[in-house]
Amino acid sequence: MYTALVSRVLPRFSVLSGRHFSAAAIPAPNTQPEVHYNKLFINNEWHDAVSGKTFPTINPTTGEIICHVAEADRADVEKAVKAAQNAFKLGSPWRRMDASHRGLLLSRLADAIERDAAYLAELETLDNGKPYAVSYSVDIPNVVKCLRYYAGWADKWEGKTIPIDGNFFCYTRHEPIGVCGQIIPWNFPLLMQAWKLGPALATGNTVVMKVAEQTPLTALYVASLIKEVGFPEGVVNILSGMGPTAGAAIASHMDIDKVAFTGSTEVGHLIQQASGSSNLKKVTLELGGKSPNIILSDANLEDAVEQSHFALFFNQGQCCCAGSRTFVQADIYDEFVERSVVRANRRVVGNPFDLKTEQGPQIDEEQFNKILGYIGSGKREGAKLMCGGGVAADKGYFIQPTVFGNVQDNMTIAQEEIFGPVMQILKFETLEEVVSRANDTKYGLAAAVFTKDIDKAHYVSNTLRAGTVWVNCYDVFGAQAPFGGYKASGNGRELGEYGLDNYTEVKTVTISVPQKNS
Amino acid sequence: MRSSSVGHLAINPGRSLKSQSQICWKNPTDAGKSTTDPPHPHTHTYIHAHTHTTHTHTHIGMTSSKIEMPGEVKSDPAALMASLQLMPAPVPNPEIKYTKIFINNEWQDSVSGKVFPTYNPATGEQIIEVQEADKADVDKAVQAARLAFSLGSVWRTMDASERGRLLSKLADLVERDSVYLATIESLNSGKPFLPTLFVDLQGTIKTLRYFAGYADKIHGSTIPMDGQFLTFTRYEPIGVCGQIIPWNFPLMMTAWKLGPALACGNTIVLKPAEQTPLTCLYIAALIKEAGFPPGVVNILPGFGPTAGAAMAAHKGIDKVAFTGSTEVGKVIQETAGKTNLKRVTLELGGKSPNIIFADSDLDLAVEQAHQGVFFNAGQCCTAGSRIYVEEPIYDEFVKRSVERAKRKIVGSPFDPTTEQGPQISREQQNRVLEFVQSGISEGAKLECGGKALGLKGFYVEPTVFSNVTDDMRIAREEIFGPVQQIMKFKTIEEVIERANNSDYGLAAAVFTNDINKAITVSTAMQAGTVWINCYNAMSSQCPFGGYKMSGNGRELGEIGLKEYSEVKTITMKMVTKNS
Repeated sequence: MYTALVSRVLPRFSVLSGRHFSAAAIPAPNTQPEVHYNKLFINNEWHDAVSGKTFPTINPTTGEIICHVAEADRADVEKAVKAAQNAFKLGSPWRRMDASHRGLLLSRLADAIERDAAYLAELETLDNGKPYAVSYSVDIPNVVKCLRYYAGWADKWEGKTIPIDGNFFCYTRHEPIGVCGQIIPWNFPLLMQAWKLGPALATGNTVVMKVAEQTPLTALYVASLIKEVGFPEGVVNILSGMGPTAGAAIASHMDIDKVAFTGSTEVGHLIQQASGSSNLKKVTLELGGKSPNIILSDANLEDAVEQSHFALFFNQGQCCCAGSRTFVQADIYDEFVERSVVRANRRVVGNPFDLKTEQGPQIDEEQFNKILGYIGSGKREGAKLMCGGGVAADKGYFIQPTVFGNVQDNMTIAQEEIFGPVMQILKFETLEEVVSRANDTKYGLAAAVFTKDIDKAHYVSNTLRAGTVWVNCYDVFGAQAPFGGYKASGNGRELGEYGLDNYTEVKTVTISVPQKNS
Repeated sequence: MRSSSVGHLAINPGRSLKSQSQICWKNPTDAGKSTTDPPHPHTHTYIHAHTHTTHTHTHIGMTSSKIEMPGEVKSDPAALMASLQLMPAPVPNPEIKYTKIFINNEWQDSVSGKVFPTYNPATGEQIIEVQEADKADVDKAVQAARLAFSLGSVWRTMDASERGRLLSKLADLVERDSVYLATIESLNSGKPFLPTLFVDLQGTIKTLRYFAGYADKIHGSTIPMDGQFLTFTRYEPIGVCGQIIPWNFPLMMTAWKLGPALACGNTIVLKPAEQTPLTCLYIAALIKEAGFPPGVVNILPGFGPTAGAAMAAHKGIDKVAFTGSTEVGKVIQETAGKTNLKRVTLELGGKSPNIIFADSDLDLAVEQAHQGVFFNAGQCCTAGSRIYVEEPIYDEFVKRSVERAKRKIVGSPFDPTTEQGPQISREQQNRVLEFVQSGISEGAKLECGGKALGLKGFYVEPTVFSNVTDDMRIAREEIFGPVQQIMKFKTIEEVIERANNSDYGLAAAVFTNDINKAITVSTAMQAGTVWINCYNAMSSQCPFGGYKMSGNGRELGEIGLKEYSEVKTITMKMVTKNS
């Protein structure tokens, strides 16, 4: 992810994340960072689970337990919601705080994360398996930028005065929704936390956040920073726990006013149902994808190959926006496949703390097995395995960079989200054909087109049913630009000014006046 | 200074500050903060000390029951004492580090070799000599600014978020050096040190932070135009901006000008007032320290008729922003018309009406009306210098206003009990006293004050006139001094008409508990800002500027960005169109 951002972090060394990071720009990591926080964060205090239960969090590089973490369930969600409700009460410090001061707190949080960047990157890599060079140069800087971006919005999220008919004075207030449940995934633990906290706190909500059970550690450390920089108690509560228990309790809670979920489409369905059967809480969802990446024959081939490789393999293929259907125009198809295989074979898989590593392990055994299952299905259904396809190490959850040629639209690997380092390359003849095939999916998160032709670029970008379209680039993100899905890829948008909408109730106030004047 | 306040503080822990903060940048909705308020770590605990100290000495308003200073108010005596230890004191014998012209991130002597003295208005004594910029220096600065603005430059290719980051760093540096800056500001402008620290410095820091946040949020739009086209707009910087700022709020006016211009990506040639160049030059050093590329901001101390005129007439300057007198504002606009039609924004004089209805909270109205005109020794463009009081409460209002004015403590800016320092210069002092004489000779009733103080500096006594009529000079012209005019009115229609009968239209206020009167008057006022039951409640989020001859354009708020942007419409032919 974040090509452009990577290139800005390391302008001289890396245009694409696929190339090696410069060791000079990145401090040598401590490969065994100490874990300071493993409890539930409620009311700015650390709590054991009410049940006393804990669960292990695993280092995916080795399959070994890092430590045990308190396991939140319904009773802990109850406590956290109470705290968040209390923090949101009329007259509370949080409700009476100047908006600019909310912004200042967010800004201080960004500063604290920046201060502890190396440690957080180490911990992220330990718990998630992503290469340290990426954690340090992509994830952390973007966390900091996202929080700073929303810090700036806090006192700029303006209502309007409205020239309503009649002798009335009418204005709107942008008010926070209230207690927001936020359930975040394991693929970008810190970044997804920032995407959720930034807009929710800028707009003045309080938060009960459940972090993914695979990657609870960095979020809990950030909790300590939230306290350190001075957020009032109860404004942010962070619970480590499982989806079916803690997550379900959040989705169905009668006193949670809004729930935001990032994760699988399957669970997204459950969240929206739970809202419907409980209190009709607002729901925003950022779900799966099977994003088409369309390469026209006039594209710069070298660039297209590299970008397409990056689009799929970045973050071990564990991106909701992964370009997992690479449509290549017929006249360059063979050349493109050949070069993509060469590139995949060159990909450095290994210890994520090694700065040369491009690809670490998958997040856990379940994902590891699921991906291997998809590779098997691809072979069975007649796609041509061009490289990879197997396990890449004796221990840990490493999978070889895998490329399939001759992939057909009806194959499982062309329809379902694999969330692993497995690239599908499909062939097309005409523009109309490829747009129709690209759109023939229940997903609509992202898409890309590579071409030098301005008309083709417009045609494709305007006709694809996807929340984000990249032209001659991929995974270019900025806190300023909205992100989210059409169709079953989600509901609502995160980031940008649009991201504030999802955390706002608009109140229209109308006052009778004796006489109106323009 | 500290020890003297401690005793008072401990004795009167329950008293609290209020109206100062309205002058200063607190959101009026904050009224009524209590001890449960959130901590504001950025404002530091010493604010609490200030809050109480101020109170005890009544040096800033104190009649209302509201507390509006940022930060919690500690009622626990131990906590209070602890916070008092942090009570800020001015830097003793502050060193003046920067007296040269700042071009291309370097300190330069004037081309002519000329220097000019800058004074301490509290004593009339010279502080130091400063390099005097003239046309040749303006040329150099414009060249630097143009280069910094050229396509492909570091500044032009910088991410907008990074521009914001630099502004944010600048705010942090101002915060770091705020005690020093407040000391110099007091020394050079005569305004009392504590309000300078808590009003001017906070306002400066908050303005820079506010616009820092906007840098990457200045959105163009994509537009559903007719036909087979894709149309979008880009908000581009205008280019080289000349900015000419006044002496009444030297630091804050610097921030008001720099914030939006830099957030939008312009480059700047800024001339501070010749009376108060020192803090602005120190900001120049912080701009360099923060990491702004050379040539992005250039600061030239000098005089209006020479350096200022050169800027207004310069063909290499794309926009000029001026804050100052209406008289000079006209010259600036004329000059722009004669030269390259540079964009002009003006923030000029005022004669702002402050309308007090009989149903208002009288204590509040008296105190706010007092602050509305006397704040900053009366040297505010927003000064509420025409106070219209409804007939039934007129006499009582005058009586209480006179009592309040007589209680005002005038003295050294570095005495923590001082509410009012000197006027900025001998010239201004004489001008104010001349206005007082005209009031007396035209038949207004001098209720108190009216004379220079028997001190070395440029002091004027707090002065109140009653029985003022609309045709008097003191009711029509901007005095810019501690002189309050109180008029009588009978009906709402009458007062609206009289209040609007002015060349100016900067601000206005109304005090009433009747929602219909409040809305009727606020709608009818020909003024860029209307305050209801408050005065001088300003904040970086809210636009500010004048109707009529009080100016052109708005500063602050989102709208403030518009004055530093050119909108470019880009339309691209497409083969097909789909919704």
